[in-house]
Amino acid sequence: MSFHETVFWVFAAIAVIPAFLILFSKSIVRMAFLLLSSLAGFAGLYLHLEAGFLGFTQVLVYIGGILILFLFGVMLTQRTDIPVRAKAGPALAVPGFFAGLLLTAALLFIAVGNPWKTHAPTPVPAGENETAQIGLRVLSTYVLPFEAVSILLLAAMVGATYIARAHSPGNSGEAGPGAPDDSRRKEGVA
Amino acid sequence: MIQGMSHLLEVACALLGQAATGAAAAAPAEATQSPIGLTHYLVVSALVFGAGIMVIITRRNAIALLMGLELLLNSVGLNFVAFAKFVAPDRLDGQIVTLFLIVIAAAEASLALAITLNIFNSLNTIEVDEAHSLKG
Repeated sequence: MSFHETVFWVFAAIAVIPAFLILFSKSIVRMAFLLLSSLAGFAGLYLHLEAGFLGFTQVLVYIGGILILFLFGVMLTQRTDIPVRAKAGPALAVPGFFAGLLLTAALLFIAVGNPWKTHAPTPVPAGENETAQIGLRVLSTYVLPFEAVSILLLAAMVGATYIARAHSPGNSGEAGPGAPDDSRRKEGVA
Repeated sequence: MIQGMSHLLEVACALLGQAATGAAAAAPAEATQSPIGLTHYLVVSALVFGAGIMVIITRRNAIALLMGLELLLNSVGLNFVAFAKFVAPDRLDGQIVTLFLIVIAAAEASLALAITLNIFNSLNTIEVDEAHSLKG
């Protein structure tokens, strides 16, 4: 087995196996770390596809950003008084599991059975910096999506800050009647 | 001897890939490069997509649901890059689409976590089927 091939199988295993372990994991923190492994595997696959810039963006944004955000979310919403009910009841989990298996089988059937019109992989042009090419194209051909996505990111940032802010006293009475731990929250507000 | 072994393995993998893709025309071009072709990436992507769907259906914790969503977005991004390399005439377009996908995923994750925090503050739970106060 050539080196190129071995690297692919290793990264594919790192990407796929933790994704399925997430299904069977009990603790949500463990799920977050399994997701880290899966995302790292995807970064490796991007590198294997000769998309270096994308691979490192994946590490920076997903592993360095989104995953840390998830861990903060887990820490801020942890409850010690009630055991975590991570799974749905069997009435939903069993059909859901089989529906997912069916969908996976269908996708595999399409991916494997379809005669894709592939050509030999386009070689990376020698002496040309691919990251520079991506930058040039983002600011020329793709400048409208680039600006749109910039505004989206700004709006999402402002919106997330607004939504997740501490409650003002004016809307502190909005807690549902089913909230048993309301007093603690009001203490936090006062 | 090692060369012979690796050649044998390469032939076996090429045959396997040929049987899998059913595209006899594509096989010789790939066999000279590497037996890892488009189908390999598509299979990885399909498996992770299925895992993400199953996580979304079987979990009720909002943060677990978001993790499933990230798996879905990642598998789609891998598809874009693989198709750009093996099918499209230009290898960079798919990468740029995936770049936008990563940005949108970041925006979505931050907003969804903010909403989750707000739900936890007001309902004291992040189980998505317990947050049903808007249901008529």
